[in-house]
Amino acid sequence: MRTRVLSCLVLFALAGAAPGQTLTIYSGRGEALVQPLVERFTAETGIEVSVRYGGTAELAVLILEEGRASPADVFWGQDAGALGALSQAGRLLALPADLTAGLPGIFTSRGGFWIATSGRARVLAFNPAGSAPEPWPSSVFDLVDETYRGRVAWAPTNGSFQAFVTAMRVVHGEDLTETWLRGMIANDTQAYRNNTTQVEAIAAGEVDYALVNNYYLLRFLASDPDLSVAQSFFDDGDIGNLVNVAGAGIVVTSGNVDAAQRFLRFLLDEQAQRYFTDEVFEYPVTTDVTPDPRLVSYGELLAASPDVDLDVLEDLEGTLELLREVGLL
Amino acid sequence: MLIPALVAGIGTLVPIVYLVLRAFDADLATIQRLVLRERTWTLMVNTLSLTLGVLALSTVMAVPLAWLAVRSDIRFKRLVTILAVVPLAIPGYVVAYALISLGGANGLLSQLLGTVVPRPSGYYGAVAALTLYTYPYLFLNVRAALLGLDPVLEESARSLGYSSREVAWRVVLPQLRPALLAGWLVIALYVLGDFGVVTLMRFEAFSYAIYLQYSSAFDRTYAALLSLILLGLTLLIVAGEGRLLGRRTYSRTGSGSQRAATRTRLGRWSPLAYGYVTSVMMVSLVLPLTVLASWLVVAPPGIQALQPVLEAFGRSASVAVPAAVITALAAMPIAYLSARVRLIGSRLIERLAYFGYAIPPVSLALALVFFSLRSMPWLYQTLTILVMAYVISFLALALGPIRSALMQVPPRLEEAARSLGRPPFVAFFQTTFPLIRRPVVAGTALVLMVAMKELPLTFLLAPTGFTTLAVRVFTRTSEGMMAEAAPFALAIVLFSCLFVSLLVSYEGRR
Repeated sequence: MRTRVLSCLVLFALAGAAPGQTLTIYSGRGEALVQPLVERFTAETGIEVSVRYGGTAELAVLILEEGRASPADVFWGQDAGALGALSQAGRLLALPADLTAGLPGIFTSRGGFWIATSGRARVLAFNPAGSAPEPWPSSVFDLVDETYRGRVAWAPTNGSFQAFVTAMRVVHGEDLTETWLRGMIANDTQAYRNNTTQVEAIAAGEVDYALVNNYYLLRFLASDPDLSVAQSFFDDGDIGNLVNVAGAGIVVTSGNVDAAQRFLRFLLDEQAQRYFTDEVFEYPVTTDVTPDPRLVSYGELLAASPDVDLDVLEDLEGTLELLREVGLL
Repeated sequence: MLIPALVAGIGTLVPIVYLVLRAFDADLATIQRLVLRERTWTLMVNTLSLTLGVLALSTVMAVPLAWLAVRSDIRFKRLVTILAVVPLAIPGYVVAYALISLGGANGLLSQLLGTVVPRPSGYYGAVAALTLYTYPYLFLNVRAALLGLDPVLEESARSLGYSSREVAWRVVLPQLRPALLAGWLVIALYVLGDFGVVTLMRFEAFSYAIYLQYSSAFDRTYAALLSLILLGLTLLIVAGEGRLLGRRTYSRTGSGSQRAATRTRLGRWSPLAYGYVTSVMMVSLVLPLTVLASWLVVAPPGIQALQPVLEAFGRSASVAVPAAVITALAAMPIAYLSARVRLIGSRLIERLAYFGYAIPPVSLALALVFFSLRSMPWLYQTLTILVMAYVISFLALALGPIRSALMQVPPRLEEAARSLGRPPFVAFFQTTFPLIRRPVVAGTALVLMVAMKELPLTFLLAPTGFTTLAVRVFTRTSEGMMAEAAPFALAIVLFSCLFVSLLVSYEGRR
């Protein structure tokens, strides 16, 4: 009996272990999006790929917990914050300079530990039926105005929102950010879980405006063109138009660095970039791919986006502290 | 008997040790600043009131339903039983989505009735959503107890001049106590740890704060601290349950064997009973299934979508089935020790099992990562460790029904067998086991269904590339691709329906 149990255990263990040449990816991006790309990569290069899917944050914490024993070669996350946390903890390998060369400034990490794979812009979503006669807010700072009392949605617990607050702290300073947060709370801003639920809240008529990422609405519209929600930027350069990224890096303990680098290059090539913009309405990070027509043009995006170094979005700690202090977390 | 119980007990200690180790990474000042805030207090009050609300509502839903399904003369009892258990299989966020999509300007109700009903949210929204898929825990426990209840007790009470109402309050209800407590305990602990529903309903509970620490701060230390506070709450609840349960005798002491209870005729009350059953089914089952179906309709999948569903189904089952069987095997000795053996520590082990259930899954998974990489790296990211995690996490689910049943079985049967020369183990399997067989199967079923939809443990501990049904649902909804997620979610629910009906017909055969 005991030997049988033991051999069962060993069998299980063997079944779980992957052969040496397989590239192991921890992906916070969804399977439906990633799998077709991975299959194409394997077809082109002959490199077998094994993907662990999960939440971006959980997988980043997992890599931290695994430490030197991590089986992961590549980490692919939904936001710059997770990548920043991993590189700060020394879990990411410095990338060769040619990988990051040629990308627009808003899509590079200056530390050189990870690359952006696609971009997503913060926008203001609104109900086109309800708010027509109102003047459009020129800045995210205008939303503390009495006009918007109880009519704006945000998602204080959401990673993209927190990255935006981090950027605001860097560009406008702690005091102004805190004043804005307190002003928004006093103005009865409604908290939701994430971007999707905020877009739904506008459609449901609960709120008239929402601070969201650009691509969720487009995904909704793709399946329901009659949805009564639209979106637009604030004035050019406003912090409310921050461009954040999904990105990937190579885990420092990877025994498969060559294959990992090939995968990262593959994500930056034209086909993969076109796929991101056509399938999920994100911005390509390389200028030779035109964004999907439903997105604004590259020129408009670059003009609208504020000048923020993506590496500063690593200081999530300070943002969380601030959000706790004002009582949002 | 003692050894498997001890092993299982130690298993649940592993994550607790991990949490303490991690929490001590922080310096005392930080701990004080983070923990002794007003917000911690608010979260605590919110969590407790949420728990009480869910307990009250689930009792109102589960107890009458269980009584109707066992003791009344309504028809389609088997169907009612199956349908009352299936909501367990529906992922929590689907239930929450379903409720939310009822209201609002383009919600289901406004399309049907033409008036805009506000979408449920906050406290009441969270209570409703959580109740709708946790009440089956209580239903299963109470049903098992009602099935095992000896009708002689009620008959004697009646012959002594008690009215029906007095019989219900003074005889039946006290007998249901272990089952009620076991069900309440499991539901309460579930509510403590739930994250999905409370965030969708925008209600700030404790688990929410823990999850935030991992998800936005990557802060394992503070998360561990909060988890320990949560375990403190668990301790209070588990100890409270233990006190309320006490050391009473619930088994028959006379001679002879138990016979089936008579069924109460509902008479003019039966339309009410059918109405009640139907409305419970409508909200807990039809509603979320409608939402799933509406996702499907948005983009109907082709026949080629079937293969990945089957593949993922095979994976889910290959973990859930062994996990459920092992959990039941581990739960039996623990329940036996707790119900029968009066030793110091025999109940402690059973209590420990509840901690495994209450620890936030992300913390439990990280604890197993920590320990397996340090002591048994060859086990890391294997199915074995995933099954272990499931067992630690779900042990409490199987314990409830088994413990309640053991309390109803007279120990003298087994004593008689032993006095006739049977070794203890054989005596147990020949006398007691046949009498607790159904609750054991019910406990196994419970674990199986919950394991089929398990998510956080799976994506941290499964072998890389091992995408189960639940993981496939998650990795699609997380990108906002509801239509692509629907077939996988439906597969989970369909499987559970099928499985529960098999189970109920097995019970019927006896």
